[in-house]
Amino acid sequence: MLRIDAGGLHYRLLNQQIRDAVRNGETEFVLDNVNGQRYIGTGLESANIRITINGVPGNDLAAFMSGPEITVWGNAQDGVGNTMNAGKVVVHGAAGDVLGYGMRGGKLFIRGNVGYRVGIHMKEYRDMMPVLVVGGTAGAFFGEYMAGGRLVLLGLDRPDGAPLAGDYLGTGMHGGVIYLRGRPDESTLGKEVKLFDLDESDWAFLEPLLEEFCRYYGREFAEVRGADFCKLIPVSHRPYGRLYTP
Amino acid sequence: MRGYLPPEYLVHIDHGKCRRCGNCVRNCAFGALQFEHGAWQQIMRIFQHGQDDLQQVFDKIKENVPDRVVADHHKCVQCHYCVTHCPEGAISVQPNPLAYRGNYHWQPHHLKNIWLQAETGGKLLTGAGNDKTYFSYFDHMVLDACQVTNPSIDPLREPMELRTYLGSRPDALEFESGPDGPVLKTKLAPAVRLETPLVFAGMSYGAVSLNAHKALAMAAKACGILMNTGEGGLHTDLYPYADWIMVQVASGRFGIDPDYLRRGVAVEIKIGQGAKPGIGGHLPGEKVDEEVSRTRMIPVGSDALSPAPHHDIYSIEDLSQLIYALKEATEYTKPVAVKIAAVHNVAAIASGIARAGADIITIDGFRGGTGATPLIIRDHVGIPIEMALAAVDDRLRQEGIRNRVSLVASGGIRHSGDVAKAIALGADAVAIGTAALIAMGCRLCQKCYTGNCNWGIATQKPELTARLDPERAAERLVNLIRGWSLELKEILGALGLNAVESLRGSRLRLRGIGLSESDLRVLGIKNAGVGA
Repeated sequence: MLRIDAGGLHYRLLNQQIRDAVRNGETEFVLDNVNGQRYIGTGLESANIRITINGVPGNDLAAFMSGPEITVWGNAQDGVGNTMNAGKVVVHGAAGDVLGYGMRGGKLFIRGNVGYRVGIHMKEYRDMMPVLVVGGTAGAFFGEYMAGGRLVLLGLDRPDGAPLAGDYLGTGMHGGVIYLRGRPDESTLGKEVKLFDLDESDWAFLEPLLEEFCRYYGREFAEVRGADFCKLIPVSHRPYGRLYTP
Repeated sequence: MRGYLPPEYLVHIDHGKCRRCGNCVRNCAFGALQFEHGAWQQIMRIFQHGQDDLQQVFDKIKENVPDRVVADHHKCVQCHYCVTHCPEGAISVQPNPLAYRGNYHWQPHHLKNIWLQAETGGKLLTGAGNDKTYFSYFDHMVLDACQVTNPSIDPLREPMELRTYLGSRPDALEFESGPDGPVLKTKLAPAVRLETPLVFAGMSYGAVSLNAHKALAMAAKACGILMNTGEGGLHTDLYPYADWIMVQVASGRFGIDPDYLRRGVAVEIKIGQGAKPGIGGHLPGEKVDEEVSRTRMIPVGSDALSPAPHHDIYSIEDLSQLIYALKEATEYTKPVAVKIAAVHNVAAIASGIARAGADIITIDGFRGGTGATPLIIRDHVGIPIEMALAAVDDRLRQEGIRNRVSLVASGGIRHSGDVAKAIALGADAVAIGTAALIAMGCRLCQKCYTGNCNWGIATQKPELTARLDPERAAERLVNLIRGWSLELKEILGALGLNAVESLRGSRLRLRGIGLSESDLRVLGIKNAGVGA
C-alpha cells in the first residue's frame, strides 16, 4: 500500500506519483489531506487498483478511467466519472456538476446531493452499462441527452417540499432508464420522456443496487426500498427523427 | 410526391450509343435510372452470373427486348457516377434549363427551397461546404516573387524545407554547458512532425466510409502527415497508422477510452466546425451498422447525437479542465489541439484557448465542409478563414503568446496557392477535407447526408462502400499531397525562401487586389502596387 500526503502537492505531481507507482505494480493507494487536486484516477486502466481519498478531490476525478475503484471520504467536485469506461467511485458526501458525462461503463455512488447537468449523455454498449446512484437530490438537466445506462435518484433526507430534481429532467433522452424514489412534478420533465411504474425486471436490477448503496452508506435497505419508485424512459429512440426535409 | 418542385438536372441517355448493359441502373443509389419496362432488368437478374453457354441467348434477347434506360430526372443529384462509369459514354447530365422569370432578389434556389419546405415542413439539410457567392479573399490576394535585386531559388537544385512541427513552443530557450558543448535545458512540449504543412481535416467514420478512412490513414502515413478521426472512434483496421492519426474528442464522446487517447499521436477537442458553428451532430441510426457501432461504442441502429456544446465546457476555464484531463490521461506526451469554427469573436476566443493550455488551434472557416448540416447554418453562419486567421495571428502576436500554439487553418482550401496564402497570413499548417474527398472521387453533389454516396465515400451501404478501393484512393491522395508540396516549393523558391517557416505569418509577401481599406486592415496586408 502506498500512502501519499497530498497536502500542498500540485495535482500534476500527485498523479505522476500514482502513475509511477502503478507502473511499478502498486495497487493500493491512500491519499491523505486531498484538497482540490484535479484528475485523480484520470486515465488509469487497471481493474485491481484501489484508491482511498481522505479529503475533497478536485474536478474530473476518474475521468476516462477504466477499471479502478475509488472511495472518497469527503465531498467530490465537478466532473466525477467524465467519459468513464469502467470501475467504481464511491463518494461519502455530496458532489458537484456534470457527473458521469458521456460515461460508458462502471458505477458512481454519491451519498448526498449532486449539482446540475448530472448524467448527461450517458451511454451503454454491449455488456457495458454505466450506473450512477445519487442518495440526495439533483439540480436541473439530470439525465439530459441520455443515450443509455441507469441513473438512480433517491432524494433521501431532503427537507419537506424540496424537489427531487430540478427542471428539464431527462430532456433529449433517447436511451437508458432514470429511476426515481418519489414522483417528480410532471412540469419538470423533458418532453421526450414519460413516467412509468416499475415492473419485476426493474426491481431485479434495482434491489441489488440499493443493497449496495445501503452497504456503503450504512442505511437501512427496508427504509430506502420502502417508498414509491417510478421510472423515466424515453418515448422515442429517435426524438429528432422528423425535423428534416428528405 | 413532386409538388411544385421541378427537377434540378436533366439526364440525357444517347440511345444510339446505349447497349443496355444496365451498369447505370444498378449503380445509381439515388434510383434516378431505370429500364423503361423493367423486362431487361428481370432478364439481367436471371443471367446475373453470365454463364458462357447462355451468352448467345443473352445476346439474342438483348436485341429483341424493346427496353431502354429512362431517367427520373427528379432523383438525379449530378454526382456523375453514371457519366464516369458508362462504358459507352452514353450519359450526360445538364442543369435543367427551365427558365424562371428573372428576379435578382428571388433566385431559383430560394423558390425551390420554399417549395420543398412547403411540402415537408422540415429543416433543409445539406452536405459539403458553403457554396454561395460570398466574396473570396483568397482570390483577391496575390503572392510576391523575387526579381533582380534578390535572387529566387530553384527548388529542383537547392534544398527546400517543408517540414513543419505542430505544438507549443517555449517563450525562450535556456542552455547549460555540458562536456560536448551547450545542452538544451528548457523542456520542450510534445510536438507532431509533418513532412509538409498539410493535414487531413477531421471526418468521422460514420460520416465517411471505412474505406475512405483507411485511404486517408494510408496516405497520411505515406506522406508523413496526419489524418484526423473526427468524432467517430478509431477502427481497429487503422491501428497500424496510429502514429499518423490525430484522435478527436467531441461533445458526444463517441469511441473514447484511455486506449483511444493513447493510440493517437495528438488529441483534438472539437468545439465547432466551419460548416455548422454552434451546431451539434446527428448520425442517424440507419448509418450505425455493426462496424460503426463497434468503433463508436454505441448500440447498432441507435442515433448518435453530439450535443451542440460539450456539456462539461461552458467557459475557457472548463475548456482548460478538459485540455489538462486529456494531458493527464496521455501523460503529457501528446499535443492537445482545440478546433473551433471561425466566428466573429474568434481572436479573443483563440487567445483564451491558447491560455487554456492548448498546443494547437484549428480554425475552420465558413467554407468548411460537413457530412450533414442545416443549409441555413452552413450558408449564413461564420466568417471566412482568411479574415479569422489574420485576426487570430494578430491577436496572439499582440499578446505575446503566438509561440504557445500552432495554428491550423481550414475551410475551403482548394489548391497550393490557398495553402501558401494561408501560411503567409499566419497558419502553421492547413487542413484539407473537401479537397481530399474530391481527390477520391467526390463531385460535390452535397448529398452526403442521404447516405447514398455513389462514390462510396459518404455512405455505409456495403454495395456502395465497396466501390472505393482504399489502396487506389490512398494513391490519389498521396499524389495530391505530392503535387501540392511540389508547388509549395515552387512558390517558396520564387519568394526567395528555402523554408516554409520563413513564409509563416510573413504578410509582407501578400498584396490585396480590389479589397477595401478595412479588408486590407483586417488581413494586415498592403494593396497591390504598394511597395515594401
